[in-house]
Amino acid sequence: MIKAKPKPLEEIIDNVKDFNKLLIAGCDGCVTVCEAGGLKEVKILAAALRLYFTQAGKQVQVDEASLTRQCEKEYLAQLSDRMDGYDAAVSLACGVGAQYLAEMYNHKIVFPGVDTCFMGVNEERGLYSERCQACGRCILAETGGICPIARCSKRMLNGPCGGSDKGKCEINPDIPCAWELIYERLKTLGQLDRFERPVEPKDWSTSRDGGPRKIVREDLRI
Amino acid sequence: MSATTPSKLQKIIASGQLAVTSEVGPPRSADGAVIDHKAKLIKDYVDAINVTDNQTSVVRMCSLACCIRIKLMGLEPILQMVTRDRNRIALQSDILGAASFGINNMLCLTGDHQHFGDHSSCANVFDLDSTQLAMAVKMMRDEGKLLGGFEFQVRPEMFIGAAVNPFAGPNVFMRAIRMGKKAAAGVQFVQTQCIYNMDKMKEFMKIAVDRGLTEKVAVLAGITPMKNVGMAKYMQKRVPGMDVPDEIIKRMGGVPKEKQAEEGINLAIEQIEELKTVPGIRGFHIMAIEWEEKVPQIVERAGLYPRPQMDGA
Repeated sequence: MIKAKPKPLEEIIDNVKDFNKLLIAGCDGCVTVCEAGGLKEVKILAAALRLYFTQAGKQVQVDEASLTRQCEKEYLAQLSDRMDGYDAAVSLACGVGAQYLAEMYNHKIVFPGVDTCFMGVNEERGLYSERCQACGRCILAETGGICPIARCSKRMLNGPCGGSDKGKCEINPDIPCAWELIYERLKTLGQLDRFERPVEPKDWSTSRDGGPRKIVREDLRI
Repeated sequence: MSATTPSKLQKIIASGQLAVTSEVGPPRSADGAVIDHKAKLIKDYVDAINVTDNQTSVVRMCSLACCIRIKLMGLEPILQMVTRDRNRIALQSDILGAASFGINNMLCLTGDHQHFGDHSSCANVFDLDSTQLAMAVKMMRDEGKLLGGFEFQVRPEMFIGAAVNPFAGPNVFMRAIRMGKKAAAGVQFVQTQCIYNMDKMKEFMKIAVDRGLTEKVAVLAGITPMKNVGMAKYMQKRVPGMDVPDEIIKRMGGVPKEKQAEEGINLAIEQIEELKTVPGIRGFHIMAIEWEEKVPQIVERAGLYPRPQMDGA
């Protein structure tokens, strides 16, 4: 799932301090799971903003909402009869949801309330780590189910590099060396021949390098 | 391993003689005289000179320009190229440019992460990795073809090198078979990480010899003289992928401060002598970091001087 973290309160205040009617819009999807932008975080942020405005001696209306998903028009449409009543909105959805909210209500200012970080897993509550960079052409079948593009700091396809130390990445001893993991997994799977074969240069055109991406599934379109 | 390019380094290795290479680090300014000076210090004592490519991700004068300077001095450069900063368009372009100046040796590297450098907020590239860069050079040289498929006439005649680090991580076997992967990609010589843990180096070489890898790739053993015990401790604790056993620290620290530099040189010479007896070692890569003036002494005392003169090279 997409992982995000809350923006510092000061940054959000700096963005919204001159408005009088604000909507804090959460998302019940990914950002709820990583506890950055669900209904709970909407309530916390709204309370903090109300406190700030009260202490600043300003009368500001701060309303709360959370949508099933901000990345779908059907759910964004649920705000259609309310949005005119606000000067600005703070979206606690990921960068995708925040943009789609702004796209749908393009006469309103939408501020991001979270920093969208990566696609990853919940290792534990409050501990998330990256697993996929959406390169558009999955190679997990060749790498023992561990992605070197997302998990090697140099996205090497023929790792490990000479900087890994005791199975850890050269840039941070808290990060396991992806290629050490791949080597061990391939060994367990009896596929070390994959490790010994040079992997050809990758076609990155399906990744970010190919420009903004779009999927058109004719089989699903009516 | 017969010579197939005009590289003198390749000819010396093919002749069965121990090769000697060293390296110079470009300046953090536009002062090309620095390179000329460093190259002059070592020129008669080495067969070819590596020029590092923005090592440790610190911006320096570019490796290609420095290699051209060295070539114009009548010496033989080894162009180091990292894939961190340039994509396959820029890399192949630089290879063609290097070849146009008669540069015939390359060292294909992925490069240190920019996290360590003086521009840690920059974007990195890593379009290719070191192995894929070697594949690209081989394709350009042997097929006259770019990665994109374009075919051309005048090919870069490169002797293809790479780095290996037998000491990174607990698994020496993995490091050895990774060298095999580089050889399969077209790598013809490797320069190793600085060797201090002799047992591990020998273990690495035994695996390489047993698997027939030393028939395909010439291993040049990496030697870096320690200046003092402080450097030894720093390398042990702070340099990723470096394996400095405690006995080295003990030995360097066991002599008075003013004698430590000499002890470091003695140690380097003993390492060379010991490595000469290890099957599969085809030469030495002496990395005297900001201490280039010591290279002649090390080469001479290790019995590697004079350097062979190769006809036509």
